[in-house]
Amino acid sequence: MTDPLLEVRGLSRRFAAVDALKDVNFTVAAGEVHALIGPNGAGKTTFIHHLSGALFPDAGKIHFNGSEITRLRMHQRVRAGMARSWQITNVFLGLSALDNVALAVQGRPDAGTSFRFWRPVDREARLFEEARTFLEQVGLGERSGRLAGELSHGEQRALELAMALATRPQLLLLDEPMAGTGPEESARMVELIEHLARHVTILLVEHDMDAVFRLADRISVLVNGQLICTGTPDAVRNDAGVRRAYLGDHL
Amino acid sequence: MAFYRPARWQQTAALVVLAALLALPSLLDVLDQSYYIGFATRVLIFALAASSLNLVLGFGGMVSLGHAAFFGVGAYVAAICQQAGLGEGLLVLPLAMAVAGLFALAVGAVSLRTRGVYFIMITLAFAQMTYYLFVSASLWGGEDGLPVYERLRLGGISLAGDAALFFVVLGALTVTMLLFSRLAQARFGRTIQAIRENETRMEALGYPVLRYRLACFAIGGAVAGLAGALLANLSGLASPNLLQWTQSGTLLVMVIIGGVGYLWGGVVGAVVLLLLEEILLAWFAHWHIVLGLLLLAVVLFAPKGVAALFGRRDD
Repeated sequence: MTDPLLEVRGLSRRFAAVDALKDVNFTVAAGEVHALIGPNGAGKTTFIHHLSGALFPDAGKIHFNGSEITRLRMHQRVRAGMARSWQITNVFLGLSALDNVALAVQGRPDAGTSFRFWRPVDREARLFEEARTFLEQVGLGERSGRLAGELSHGEQRALELAMALATRPQLLLLDEPMAGTGPEESARMVELIEHLARHVTILLVEHDMDAVFRLADRISVLVNGQLICTGTPDAVRNDAGVRRAYLGDHL
Repeated sequence: MAFYRPARWQQTAALVVLAALLALPSLLDVLDQSYYIGFATRVLIFALAASSLNLVLGFGGMVSLGHAAFFGVGAYVAAICQQAGLGEGLLVLPLAMAVAGLFALAVGAVSLRTRGVYFIMITLAFAQMTYYLFVSASLWGGEDGLPVYERLRLGGISLAGDAALFFVVLGALTVTMLLFSRLAQARFGRTIQAIRENETRMEALGYPVLRYRLACFAIGGAVAGLAGALLANLSGLASPNLLQWTQSGTLLVMVIIGGVGYLWGGVVGAVVLLLLEEILLAWFAHWHIVLGLLLLAVVLFAPKGVAALFGRRDD
């Protein structure tokens, strides 16, 4: 097997007296959709925060794409090829959908510096042409001129995905992309993620088990800050420890 | 807050006002009211200073309570140069901007690692330290400040006449506002406004947030330094009072009255505040009471500032 795209070794983090993460060893292989599940408070979001650089661990190392990123700051990790979305929608409500994505394109190193003071952004056609292709990928091509604040919740989630994609990531960290979406929007989001998974490796944190078992190539289960199991959906479904700790009658 | 978009009517209005201001010195001369040229110059200088704070506060989202430090440093750079016999504005004004800008860069490099109320307090602390430094620097006149006996020359032309200084200040403000309006629409402006709205989101798009914030803070500091240098020439004095935190507060009040994050917020705020002061002082000494009521009214009834009453920022 080739080297994993993301490799986490011995990651630990304490908050006061609580072990939020205990010696987590975890890998994501290039090309897979890897789902991270676990009950509320298991440390999933804390774990994602450590991967994205919002938090730093007490111990352990994170390797991404062959180099160590444990101490890199968030924007450096994005530039190394790791993008994320949030549980809570995180778009610029006062900008149009297209402007939001163009801002993401503009942030990429190959788009040049943003220390430009004279030429209006609106005249930089290349940013917007490219932004449009990402909006179309997530099915928002028709809504590009709308203010992000006027989009529906599901559309905002899709917009956020388009922004993450516009950074041209190798790994996409999705923190509960279905959170707060209705059944129809959820179904559309599952389709969208399936479609994206053909181009990009995905680490998915999600509570919607139907979505997880449909999308994931491998699943890891986090309980009380410890990774208790990693395997194929079938293996996880039949794992006694997982059933006991978490899944119960969900399956 | 919304993102800045230029409005054509604002450009037209600005040109009309500019034309009127160009005619102002001759008009006041005819009316035998030359005193008001100095007053108008003062208003424009504060418009410049308040606009520089508006860039930092309104566009960059950094609530600095130490902006007067850069204003005052610019005034002292001019006064020190002019005492030493260096009176060429084409050298002194850029030098004042450079020193104030570099000072802002240093202050920002430390302060911008904090957030919220800590940022307010640390910028205030830096400004007060600078204030006491100048108060105790007897070399530069201590509490009395440093007088400017002879005004700058610009390309050899003396600014001793009030009208000449007025035109230079008007030119500086015009160029600055033009640059700010371009900057606000350009990549840099889009970036700093987005950082103001959601810093983490910008980090997660790969933007080195601190660097952009710092640049914005330093540009604001440099322009404040320019305003300070001009004010030292108008009033003939670089006083430590210019660095006082109350001065930072005054600039802040101007921006809030005018409209935080509106391109013309600083200008409108400076005009409103100084006009009110001028008019009310003629009637009674406690004009600050009225100022307080005005602030209340603005916050309650026009929380986006006076500039916002003239249409949306993004129309």
